[in-house]
Amino acid sequence: MTLKALWHGLFGTWYNAFLSLAVIWLLAVWLPPMFHWAILDAKIAPDPAACRASFGACWGFITEKHRLILFGAYPFDQHWRPLIASMLFVVLLATSCNPRFWHTSLALGWMLGLTVIFVLMHGGALGLSVVESAMWGGLPLTLILAVFGLALAFPIAVLLALGRRSHLPIIRALCVTFIELVRGVPLISLLFMASVMVPLFLPEGITVAKLVRAEIGLIIFAAAYSAESVRGGLQALNRGQEEAADALGLSYFHKTWYIVLPQALRIAIPSITNNFISTFKDTSLVVIIGMFDLLGALKAGLNDAQWRSFYAEGYLFVAAIYFVFTFSMSKYSQYLERDIARTAPKPS
Amino acid sequence: MAFWNDRRTRGYLYQIAALGGVVLVGGILVSNTLDNLARQNIATGFGFLDREAGFGISEHLVDYSPADTYLRALCIGLLNTFRISAAGIVLCSLIGIVVGFARLAPNILVARLASVYVEITRNIPVLLQLFFWYAVVIQAFPPPAAAWEPITGVFLSNRGIAIPWPGLGAPVFEGFNFRGGAVLSPELSALLIGLSIYTSGFVAETVRGGILSVPKGQLEAARAVGLTRFQVLRFVTMPLALRAIVPPTTNQYLNLTKNSALAVAIGYPDFVSVANTTINQTGQAIEGVALIMAAYLTISLVISALMNWFNRHVALVGERS
Amino acid sequence: MNRNVLMWVAVVVVSAIGGALIQGMMEPKSTPAPNAQKSDAPKSAAAPAAPAAPGASTSATLEAVKARGNLSCGVNTGLAGFGIADSQGKWTGFDVDICRAVAAAVLGDAEKVKFTPLTTQQRFTALQSKEIDILSRNTTWTLARDTSLGLNFAAITFYDGQGFMVKKASNVTNAKSLNGATVCVQPGTTTELNLADYFRSNNMKFQPVVIESLQELTGAFVAGRCDAMTTDVSGLVSIRATQAQPNDYLVLPETISKEPLGPVVRHGDDQWFDIVKWTVFAMIEAEEKGVTSANVDQMKSSDDPAIKRLLGVTAGNGEALGLKEDWAYSIIKHVGNYGESYDRNITKQLGLGRRINALWLEGGLIYGPPVR
Repeated sequence: MTLKALWHGLFGTWYNAFLSLAVIWLLAVWLPPMFHWAILDAKIAPDPAACRASFGACWGFITEKHRLILFGAYPFDQHWRPLIASMLFVVLLATSCNPRFWHTSLALGWMLGLTVIFVLMHGGALGLSVVESAMWGGLPLTLILAVFGLALAFPIAVLLALGRRSHLPIIRALCVTFIELVRGVPLISLLFMASVMVPLFLPEGITVAKLVRAEIGLIIFAAAYSAESVRGGLQALNRGQEEAADALGLSYFHKTWYIVLPQALRIAIPSITNNFISTFKDTSLVVIIGMFDLLGALKAGLNDAQWRSFYAEGYLFVAAIYFVFTFSMSKYSQYLERDIARTAPKPS
Repeated sequence: MAFWNDRRTRGYLYQIAALGGVVLVGGILVSNTLDNLARQNIATGFGFLDREAGFGISEHLVDYSPADTYLRALCIGLLNTFRISAAGIVLCSLIGIVVGFARLAPNILVARLASVYVEITRNIPVLLQLFFWYAVVIQAFPPPAAAWEPITGVFLSNRGIAIPWPGLGAPVFEGFNFRGGAVLSPELSALLIGLSIYTSGFVAETVRGGILSVPKGQLEAARAVGLTRFQVLRFVTMPLALRAIVPPTTNQYLNLTKNSALAVAIGYPDFVSVANTTINQTGQAIEGVALIMAAYLTISLVISALMNWFNRHVALVGERS
Repeated sequence: MNRNVLMWVAVVVVSAIGGALIQGMMEPKSTPAPNAQKSDAPKSAAAPAAPAAPGASTSATLEAVKARGNLSCGVNTGLAGFGIADSQGKWTGFDVDICRAVAAAVLGDAEKVKFTPLTTQQRFTALQSKEIDILSRNTTWTLARDTSLGLNFAAITFYDGQGFMVKKASNVTNAKSLNGATVCVQPGTTTELNLADYFRSNNMKFQPVVIESLQELTGAFVAGRCDAMTTDVSGLVSIRATQAQPNDYLVLPETISKEPLGPVVRHGDDQWFDIVKWTVFAMIEAEEKGVTSANVDQMKSSDDPAIKRLLGVTAGNGEALGLKEDWAYSIIKHVGNYGESYDRNITKQLGLGRRINALWLEGGLIYGPPVR
């Protein structure tokens, strides 16, 4: 942007100039005190008494509790395990974003990565001590809930979307009922159902870890929403493709597997990325059923009577972590959308 | 040709198999559940609805006392859900429209600021925002005895916002709390602020997208026939943009309504919160969760129907012009 | 085969493996106990009509615990003195000790307990669904809970009552002057119902603030959202003790309810019910007889027939319960008697004396049926 364009954008017309001045004035009033609070007057040492005496932010709360917030109740001397697991997640997610890696080895990489993550977190192999899933917490728990949630929801979502567009009325009705039923209720009610009712559904003597129950609730929810994304992809697909496949005499299975899904899913990727962002944010609801994900672990830290009044610092810290993940993913999905719009074959 | 190669026959077979599978799984779940309930001697049925609830509810739009029934308590909760949803929908639309237009403003600073707002509000989990606002209201505001009075008669304290209200008089601090006037409790305030801000980011994007979707040619044509800026906005941009805005906004309103169930986390007595208490007091989880789902499904369907009606309405207006 | 197909096959395999991993975390608890298979007559376990051979157990819960090698116990998410985990994840508290005592009696090792922290909302379903074997989480015994939830209350370990806590600065000194107050209370508890009853019967009004998590609720009370906070007096004292300035808070003198707290088991497993019940009674009996974790080894050679029976020197009690004869010895050795646990957890941690929880010999209500 040239300087001239900038000048025009700020002071082009009289009301523009007025608006700009108003905004600049507001920023001038608000930013310096914020800067003082967050940086100049901030206390980094974990000393609640010093924090109370100061006007600045108390980052000491984070210094003191960052390991609790990031890793929850995971045994303290084993924290390197969830740390490596989280880093693996980030590496896997980042790699998957590059279309250059979209081939079989990526899927193999995921398989390997998720296995390593599971072994790291759960232990019981390679000389690692066993850590029950009830002890997992913080960032790795949030990532596990989101990634496993969407990965396992995805195949269900594809089937639901295909079923919804099927010409067989009973299958269509079943899929529509499921999708609309789930989309019509709040996630928290599904989580209640998973945490309170799943034990009653199971035959006597079988119990399921709380983490798995929460995951079931998330999967049902994510499957219904992703099914709509996939359906969007299916609908956007040029009808000619299907007609051509029919003309060639391909079976429904072959047509779907070789012609329809590869193209429809490619169109649906940005929308599915958005589903992933939502699922990632929605995992925070497990706090309500008493699990210690990133937000839950922060709340556990804030329950310490010494530090209770430094909630703003805590929430900012955790919000920043969520933001880094969701913002980068949403930027990525926007990029993909443009990319796909550019490279997609024009409908004739 | 063998009969299983016939396309119609196979269609029937698939459907029977699918239906059979669903019935089978459903049957197993139901029989397990009945088995568990019977073995553990857990009460079933909706008989509890007529029993005395016995617990207090802090906010009720119609009369309620602990001597009333569970049914009435649940209705109070449902009314509270309607109240927060309606208020949230109005507030998020207002903020969303302003921010959506601001994002398209020719002024760079304003547009930038609006986009920062949108990115921050959309990308932070709504539950975190709710907890944050609740903490702000109860921790940063003074106790009621030392309430701030920015305008005469309006009191801000950690008991909420007390304002004079016709018929209820002016709020006065007496004993422990404010009496008279209308009081917006901290729970309701936090929920309203949190939900509205979170949803407004999405609404803003929808509004922006809707306005951008209006073909440039339409606007140029309108300007060419001599319409003023305002007239273009009123008679060309808005009707066309609304058609693109209404369907996604419906979804946002539905999301807000469903997210209002998070009230349970900060203690606002909405339907989920009351139903949750009922589940605890009666031990009848299945009935309670079923009630929650039924209530929200009904609300979702009603909002969808209303918005569909509105959508048809704007579509017609669009075609008339 | 083209690349896309390969990719999708791989995706499905990943999902399957993910599913398998998650499945690996499910713990089927119905696996038959290895020692049950080894026992001479596996059929007798399946035929409850036949009189149980002495020592042979017919309790599904007992078998499951033995097979698993640990006791699964539901405890509070964090209540100092009753059930709280330290930063290393080690659980301590009075309710926690009951679980340890049961583990000591059944498995001979007080450390073989898997603790599951539960909210008020989750506690009963966790027990009903067999996620836990015993619920020891300051739970009040009431008729409705005993009859309609499929539960059995094994014994009363702590006689409590509901009270109020206020800030000293509010100058409130008794509960009768709380008319019009905002009160913080946990939803779904007997506390919530008692609160409403109390204000109704005294013609007073109140505004409830209901938050499920006790820690969260405490935060709201400390911040001044409520004028008073109500729960069992033991809970109030525990909360007060963990505040930055405990002296800023006052627990009002009134108790407005009876709250008998104790361990809970599932309905329908009588032997397990007996084991938990007698674990508590053995701890009480030990205190009555002066048997402590320090002197239990000397006491084995005591001449008192009651002590001999308690410690299994005179055989019979263990067999009757389906346990080893040293079950009570193991409890006292590893956990201590009732008074030791009380002092260690409640007197030392919270500064709350025995009062009505003293032994009946000293004028309190703690009275165990004879262990014979």
